[in-house]
Amino acid sequence: MEHIITPKVEFVKLLNRYHEKKSALGTLYLTATHLIYVEQINDTRSETWVLHHHITSIEKLPLTASGCPLLIRCKTFQVLHLLFQREKDCQDVYLSLLRLSQPVKEEELYAFLYNPHQNEEERRQGWEFIDVANDFSRMGLSNEYWEISHLNKNYEICSTYPSVLGLPKNASVAIVTGSAKFRSRGRLPALSYYHKDTKAAICRCSQPLSGLTSRCVEDEQMLQAISQANPNCPFIYVVDTRPKLNAMANRAAGKGYENEDNYSNIRFQFQGIENIHVMRNSLQKLLEVCSMKSPSMSDYLTGLENSGWLRHIKSVMDAGMFLAKAVYEERASVLVHCSDGWDRTAQVCSLACILLDPYYRTIKGLMVLIEKEWISFGHKFSHRCGHLDTDPKEVSPVFTQFLECVWQLSEQFPSVFEFNERYLIEIHNQVYACQYGNFIGNCQKERLEMRLHEKTFSLWPHLLKNQDLYRNPLYRRSLECTFLRPSTLPLHFKFWCGMYNHYDRGMHPKQSVLDKLLSFTQKKVEGEQTMTELQRQLAVADGVLPDPSGPINTPAEQDSPIENTPTATVVQSNGSCAPLINGDAEEAGPGVEKCNEKEGAEPAAPEHDLTSSKDKPVSVETEHSKEEVQESS
Amino acid sequence: MELSEHIKTANVEDVTLKRPFHPALRGTLCVTSHHLLFSDRKDEASWQLLILLRNIDAIEKSVENLFGYPRAVGSSGTITIKCKDLLVLQLEIPGMEECLNIASSIEALSSLESVTEMYPFFYRPSHLTLQGPWGLSSMEQYYKQTERLWDRWRVSTVNSDYSVCPSYPSAVIVPREVADDMLIRSARFRQGGRFPVLSYCHHRNGMVIMRSSQPLTGANKKRCKEDELLLQAVIDGSELGYVIDLRSAQQAQQARMTGGGFESKSCYSHWKRIHRHHERGKVVQESLIKLVEACSDPSHSVDRWLSKLENSKWLSHVHSALSTAGLVVECVERDGHSVLVHGSEGTDNTLLVSSLAQLILDPASRTVTGFLCLLEREWIQAGHPFQQRCAHSAYSHARLKQECPSFLLLLDCVWQVWRQFPLALEFSEALLLRLAQEAYASNYGTFLCNSEQERCAAGVKENTHCLLQSLLKPDIEEQYLNPLYEPTDLAIWPSVHPQSLQLWTGLFLRWTEYAQNMVEAREEVWSIVKEHRERAGPDQTNNTLSTHCETLTPFENLMDELTIL
Repeated sequence: MEHIITPKVEFVKLLNRYHEKKSALGTLYLTATHLIYVEQINDTRSETWVLHHHITSIEKLPLTASGCPLLIRCKTFQVLHLLFQREKDCQDVYLSLLRLSQPVKEEELYAFLYNPHQNEEERRQGWEFIDVANDFSRMGLSNEYWEISHLNKNYEICSTYPSVLGLPKNASVAIVTGSAKFRSRGRLPALSYYHKDTKAAICRCSQPLSGLTSRCVEDEQMLQAISQANPNCPFIYVVDTRPKLNAMANRAAGKGYENEDNYSNIRFQFQGIENIHVMRNSLQKLLEVCSMKSPSMSDYLTGLENSGWLRHIKSVMDAGMFLAKAVYEERASVLVHCSDGWDRTAQVCSLACILLDPYYRTIKGLMVLIEKEWISFGHKFSHRCGHLDTDPKEVSPVFTQFLECVWQLSEQFPSVFEFNERYLIEIHNQVYACQYGNFIGNCQKERLEMRLHEKTFSLWPHLLKNQDLYRNPLYRRSLECTFLRPSTLPLHFKFWCGMYNHYDRGMHPKQSVLDKLLSFTQKKVEGEQTMTELQRQLAVADGVLPDPSGPINTPAEQDSPIENTPTATVVQSNGSCAPLINGDAEEAGPGVEKCNEKEGAEPAAPEHDLTSSKDKPVSVETEHSKEEVQESS
Repeated sequence: MELSEHIKTANVEDVTLKRPFHPALRGTLCVTSHHLLFSDRKDEASWQLLILLRNIDAIEKSVENLFGYPRAVGSSGTITIKCKDLLVLQLEIPGMEECLNIASSIEALSSLESVTEMYPFFYRPSHLTLQGPWGLSSMEQYYKQTERLWDRWRVSTVNSDYSVCPSYPSAVIVPREVADDMLIRSARFRQGGRFPVLSYCHHRNGMVIMRSSQPLTGANKKRCKEDELLLQAVIDGSELGYVIDLRSAQQAQQARMTGGGFESKSCYSHWKRIHRHHERGKVVQESLIKLVEACSDPSHSVDRWLSKLENSKWLSHVHSALSTAGLVVECVERDGHSVLVHGSEGTDNTLLVSSLAQLILDPASRTVTGFLCLLEREWIQAGHPFQQRCAHSAYSHARLKQECPSFLLLLDCVWQVWRQFPLALEFSEALLLRLAQEAYASNYGTFLCNSEQERCAAGVKENTHCLLQSLLKPDIEEQYLNPLYEPTDLAIWPSVHPQSLQLWTGLFLRWTEYAQNMVEAREEVWSIVKEHRERAGPDQTNNTLSTHCETLTPFENLMDELTIL
């Protein structure tokens, strides 16, 4: 709070990037967590909420005749162009935001203040909701080839790995620890995914410290053990996801890649995904294309090409496809690494999991996957997302790229994902919001030290509660298409307007098939619920004849508590159904809908939103639609 | 020469057919006067592929043993057939001679010039009769149905013998107060006699979209009093109308050197001219060729794809067509002024822009019947030279003559509108795809010839069936309907940001596995909607219709067009 110099500035213009005439005039508020822009036209009030953590840069543009412009860019790809009347206000807001958007200490992050009205028990349950260990048993571990190992329980073998690892059964402790010493940062080969049907596994690690000549017997034995854990194939693929040149350069620094001569029965393969710096610059260029004022088709397509973004997305997809094919078609195990094995490796392994296993294409499955491949295997969310004011060279859109790959798949296969595009975008926003504790810190050990499970809440229950918003109505839980075989021809890679131009509503389709279908399927669920309820009430009313095998889904055939059961279900169905319909609105408290109705009043006061969750900034879209309605009338 | 004389070898056994994403099949190949028939030889449930020879755009043959002994054992040849609907097939034919014979038969029969020899004149399905009126509607009927026209407009039959304008229909709608002899004079002053006629009258404010060809002002700035009066009568007292000239100002100036020209401010004082550059003819045809080539490029480089996509300029044409249509709509709907649209000849881009503007403005043109009527009125009757424009498609090696995919461009633009307003059109993408196919090769006579006059002369209406009628009768097929259709009265204004426009994958990736996934998704949409309808019953569906009209956001177009005016 002490960083807020001016909490409220009036007569601030919010410039419309495409339409100067459509610019709004309103009031700007700074709270401890959000920047809020309130526009009042007659009776309608529209608010734009921007979380300070979402702000990536604030830029003071040169003074113009109409005022002092301030350009705010967000990690959610929202861009706010504000115009202040007085230079001083602009300067004050600038300084405040500069400080507020770049927390120095972890404790300043929103998650440490935020409470979604849960008690300690709910908090605990929330954190236990997604458990990576369950996923191991879902894959069929332990079995005769693989075991769940607690060797790393104190993070002594590898500080950035999870405490629980899947390892080949015939790898001795000596082999494991020896191999870890030969791998960059101790990130030894560990199981990422075990494919039950083929018995092939995907393992991940970091680059070996092979340098120009070094070798390590234990590491060679480790790879041997992984190979032997798959009876269906005599060799394993070792995939280095880096371009060959990068890997070669690493050899001079004592790192590098596996020498095929030293390891028995490996097939070595480079994949050519570029490093985090290239990706960061590429996104930068992409965003420049997105914000061009009125580009011609040629400008746009040339810009898109020059950004290289889709080329990089395809390189990730190609590599993921390579792994999945090796496992599914050749029944071969794969060991994947890049340099440290926490960026490209995470992307590629998780993508392969989605291609191989329909479970990861469900709402919950994706949570598990992110928890498993990203959070617990030490993708450095704090650094990559720039949660704190740290080295900008560590920031990179690696996770965004993964989400985009999933989106690209969903465009090719409209019916195989349980979730829709909004789910991916919501996850993306939450990763950067730091409202929940999941994506804070760089590895499990760090999170433990921060005591995140005690001080913050988990995102997953929140998403699950709103899952009706994220459902894909076209989803078919068909079992026959278990292995996804996307085409990786370049023409299938499209620009993701919904993500990178998310806040430019004018570019999006004006009518939503998704909403339409969701409303249909939602009605179906409701209808079925009332139907069941009516039938059951009828049955009860009829007397002692509740038909247990009929259309009524009675939980059990208990005879005794006849009168209790129906009432209990009424409560249940109300309780589970109603909040699902507009679940978010209810929780949002002083959010959009309600505030819009009120007149004049100041927005939720600064201290207000410490307790009330205003998780989604209520973007310009409300404002647009309001405008449209007026124009049309 | 009889058609059958082109057929040197009618039947070949043991032919292998290869299609993309399907296993190879062996069977018998048969060439008839109008078809290529392949059937596998399983007796029961035999699978057949019937291709209209007219649909074949290019044929490539590679023959082994070409310079060896002609009847060498095991000699064979491969024919690659590239269709106008973008399907590519391969046929492996045993016997070199047979292969060459088949190839030359196909070549000859797929490029017939005479209209009456084409298949629509032979197509006689049992469920259709040749009796009764041909087509959906005539200009007279359209006039009768459109009450708002009665006051100020009339039907003129000045062109009943096609002498005033050979490419116009026999009846056109013109201002009531303009007499036929004035129309004749105006026609002499317009290229190809295409004098300004009514294309659309807006249901909200009575403003109109007119279309014509360029005025023949020439180098010494000729004038035509009657033409000026005709346009004056169009705006009837209001002080302003817009001429949307589909050429750049410079091109319009240059056109004067060859006898063409534009409506100058001094002669048409109440008309304001806006120039919008649109590519035409060969340039657009080459775009299509380049785009299709890019889509079948097996290279895995994203950069290469994007640069080919950009280089094809196809999406740029889509962009300009939609932008200009948006401009017309802006003039009519928002600004409340009438518009005259023309380029040079007034048979391609003019029709493209005027029909797109109607789709955006007029709810009636968004139903299946309305849309087909629009196409009939604005393309078939209005004299888009289909036969010349659609003679070849993207694969042909023949030297380009008059080919231009204007109609395909229209369908692409309609698809873009549909993508942005997925609930506002009653028809589905499948209908657009069907039309795209039929325009190039058809069993029906609808897209034959270049004008009504030619169709009359060739007896198209008497001797062929009408596609548009058969699409609607007896009942429109479900696949051509949009299950989510909710009519709205508002203008549906598409965004023309490059980010908002996409490659029409339904057409250009039609024969890939990807298309199959999309078909499944569409089926799923249908099943959800059907289930919903069954549950909701008829009254509730009506409910959603009415609520919807209020929620649709009409103008989210971000063009700054009017600020330019």
